[in-house]
Amino acid sequence: MNLKPETLARIDEVIPHYPSKRSATLPLLHLIQEDVGYIPPEAIEWVAARLELQPINVYEVVTFYPMFRQKPIGRRHIKVCRTLSCALLGAYKTCEAFESAFGVRRGEVSADGEVTVDFVECLASCGTAPVVMIDDALHEKVDVARAQELSAQIRREAAARS
Amino acid sequence: MPAPAQRRIIFQHIDEPGYTNDLACYLRHGGYSSLRKAVARKPEELIDEVKKSGLRGRGGAGFPCGVKWGLVDRKSGKPIYLVVNADESEPGTFKDRYIIHQDPHQLIEGIMITCFANNVKQAYIYIRGEFPEGARILEKAIAEARAGGFVGPNILGTGYGCEIYVHRGAGAYICGEETGLIESLEGKRPYPRIKPPYFPAVLGLYQCPTIVNNVETLCHVKTIVDIGGEAYSKIGTPNNTGTRILCVSGHVQRPGYYEYEVGKITLGELLNEVCGGPLPGRRFKAVIPGGSSAKILRFGERFKGKRKIGNDLVDYDWGVEDVPMDFDCLAMIGTMGGSGGVIVMDDSVDIVAALANINEFYAHESCGQCTPCREGSLWMKKISARMVHGEARTEDGALLKSVADQIAGRTICAFGEACSWPTQSFLAKFGDEFKAYPESRKSAAAPAVPLA
Ligand SMILES: Cc1cc2nc3c(=O)[nH]c(=O)nc-3n(C[C@H](O)[C@H](O)[C@H](O)COP(=O)(O)O)c2cc1C
Ligand code: SF4
Ligand code: FES
Repeated sequence: MNLKPETLARIDEVIPHYPSKRSATLPLLHLIQEDVGYIPPEAIEWVAARLELQPINVYEVVTFYPMFRQKPIGRRHIKVCRTLSCALLGAYKTCEAFESAFGVRRGEVSADGEVTVDFVECLASCGTAPVVMIDDALHEKVDVARAQELSAQIRREAAARS
Repeated sequence: MPAPAQRRIIFQHIDEPGYTNDLACYLRHGGYSSLRKAVARKPEELIDEVKKSGLRGRGGAGFPCGVKWGLVDRKSGKPIYLVVNADESEPGTFKDRYIIHQDPHQLIEGIMITCFANNVKQAYIYIRGEFPEGARILEKAIAEARAGGFVGPNILGTGYGCEIYVHRGAGAYICGEETGLIESLEGKRPYPRIKPPYFPAVLGLYQCPTIVNNVETLCHVKTIVDIGGEAYSKIGTPNNTGTRILCVSGHVQRPGYYEYEVGKITLGELLNEVCGGPLPGRRFKAVIPGGSSAKILRFGERFKGKRKIGNDLVDYDWGVEDVPMDFDCLAMIGTMGGSGGVIVMDDSVDIVAALANINEFYAHESCGQCTPCREGSLWMKKISARMVHGEARTEDGALLKSVADQIAGRTICAFGEACSWPTQSFLAKFGDEFKAYPESRKSAAAPAVPLA
């Protein structure tokens, strides 16, 4: 495992927060996913060794929780809430707008590797539906027009990077 | 009669211009004075204040907070933990989010008072994984509070010490269920534990006595210590004391969060006056009053019976609009106040598609331990999705109901009830629409707003 020094420092800091090392499984997986972008197989072995667990103990956690992924995704992660309050205000159309902007289906990475579009369940912001998270940032009242603006912004940011 | 005014206690500073989430701002507004009051008193007295206040949990079940604290095993010699439920995962609920993001120190103060009252030395805030910013805000606020002597080894010079750590979830609804949450905090899959024997108050985190409370509940504890349990119990209505935050979403003109004395506002006042009524040209069709697990109400239905007011038994005859928003009245009419999430649907809504949307949620979120829940939630999803997208049959309603009826009461945790109530209540209230669906769907245009 090639983790950044900051990641390793934060791992050292978080383990003593718990009387039992196993409790640090989720925090370690979050830190690794933030660093690497996903949870590669060797990370499961690495976390298990670090926390004195069997790899299966870590693997079963990775496979259960929706936020942990075992494959890389696009550079930007677009998560559209599909649960009732958002759906009532057009979340399915919002999701389609992102899909057509990037030529992907939900659950897929766009051909240029720029985005992954996913449906997610209630993000606890139902009063400002439909809501979308792009990476760590919440966007509220994302109708089709707003989804197109946000898509254009992602394109501009991608162009500025290259 | 105009709707009563909001009574903002917990949300006093939410959205206030110039109010920031740092310690200095909190202190300028009198912050941590309740903690100062608390540490000058005996822990037992604080538990008594909370008992006197009548505070009921705001996470979903409405269990009396003081009673919960009274059940904690204090003789085991094991450490006692506090776990703050900041999972906020019940669809339709969005109140803890604003406390965490805009007023984190109010929560930390409530946590520290609760810890002092219950001799807790270690608290964890379990925050849902989809609140990365919230987790950072809490961590910063805890560090500030630690530097200020409100958290840490020697709180306000008393010699009493307590730490708080933030623990992030990773996108699973079942982590909101308190024993699932505890398993998750132990680093495992969040499989809920069976009660008995695993009551958190006795065998909780690391098999130690554990208190699990919702974010909003702990903010109320802060207010109770500030004004006294007796004074708090006069806010709201008997057995439904204090204020609560009602989160309104869906088809109203002004969705959002509104804090009211419990039971002092009716559902009709809330939706018609406070939230501005239905969208232009629309009428209300249905409302789910306490998070997506609560049973649905159909506008036009009536509820009749007798209820106790003081010592008298009084007749009531209510339409949906007349129901006071409190735990007991909502339970009386067959639904629940739950988490305070009010989801409104107008007459544009295809009720079968709305159920398909909810069923997809529960099928996705069942932890899978219990066969009736795992299979039942999956089949309810498949049947309702087929009705919407494939072939609908007149007998599908009865089939859905028969699946739902076999789940509740046969599972480890209350998710079993939570996933069957929507189907049961949608069928009970809108059985006619399910029956007519094969025909009505043929003539219907493609939905402008698909729900599933
Ligand atoms: C399926 C399920 C999901 C739940 N989700 C939450 C939640 O997201 N937040 C919460 O505070 N309580 C949730 N609860 C309720 C908790 O189990 C627990 O009763 C609550 O946190 C206790 O706190 P309180 O007494 O302060 O309300 C959930 C319960 C169930 C059965
Ligand atoms: S009722 Fe459902 S969610 Fe609860 S333990 Fe059983 S399978 Fe898991
Ligand atoms: S339903 Fe989308 S945020 Fe709650």
